[in-house]
Amino acid sequence: MTDKGAHDHNKLYLIVWFILLALTIIEVYLAYMTLPVTVMLVTLLFLSFLKAGLIVAYFMHLRFEKPSLFWTLIPATLICIALLSGFFPDSMRILSLGQ
Amino acid sequence: MANDHWGAWSGGGSPFAIGSKKLGMWLFILSDSLTFSVMLFAYSYLRIANPDWPTPFNSHSIIFASVMTFCLLSSSLTMVKAVGAASQGHRKAAVWWILATILGGVLFVVLHTQEWLGLLQNGVTPFGNPWGVPLFGATFFALTGLHMTHVTLGIVYLAVIAWGFGNGRFKAEDVEISGLYWHFVDLVWMFILPLVYLMSTEI
Repeated sequence: MTDKGAHDHNKLYLIVWFILLALTIIEVYLAYMTLPVTVMLVTLLFLSFLKAGLIVAYFMHLRFEKPSLFWTLIPATLICIALLSGFFPDSMRILSLGQ
Repeated sequence: MANDHWGAWSGGGSPFAIGSKKLGMWLFILSDSLTFSVMLFAYSYLRIANPDWPTPFNSHSIIFASVMTFCLLSSSLTMVKAVGAASQGHRKAAVWWILATILGGVLFVVLHTQEWLGLLQNGVTPFGNPWGVPLFGATFFALTGLHMTHVTLGIVYLAVIAWGFGNGRFKAEDVEISGLYWHFVDLVWMFILPLVYLMSTEI
């Protein structure tokens, strides 16, 4: 890595840090507004995944690794996590049990 | 030939072109991300199933949590600085950046402990609370406690790395690997903050 390359990277990290901070401020601002729960949840989750993506891609440097590492690690993990949503219909079933 | 080494099917020796220590940390992060996901899903499940779930976080605790987030986010920035300095061979600078990262982590833990003590004083414990939904305390303390454990262990890990890299025992790669762990702890907080705090505000 040349010195100039390192300098560019430093700037990139600073920009990513600013974006992460800005997204956090938006999230906190949303908490002060009275939004419907689903709108709030979807917006917050979208912003959180965006932040997670930025952290993994730049801070954890995955964008600059060989693509095979990304394809091995990330899709399978996301699918496993998404499959956990299968439990949610059951949690809603409990709500209507006494009716 | 370069193509032989980087071609799609030439990954026999080192398929990801990274060291096995780094791959090991990535695999640990995968399993840990599933652990935290399961905890967050369990929290969400119980929350949906309990219509009277409390929303106890007022403006003061949200600002508190935002300051904690700032500490953790900034410690991630100092960590990439440490990794950059280490890869360029600036040993002393790298150690100072790691110490700055540790400072961010310590601030986070101190603020978080403060918050916990405040909740405990108000009768919110892992097994009960004034709102009559004991599962709130159970999931809240389990989730934030597991995360705080990760931050605390991360501080110890970084201290060992700073010491070892400072005296030449460890390589730049070791600093980078500890950075991966630290950023992951930061990433997890990016989900705990909205799902546990921002979704439970009382403003």
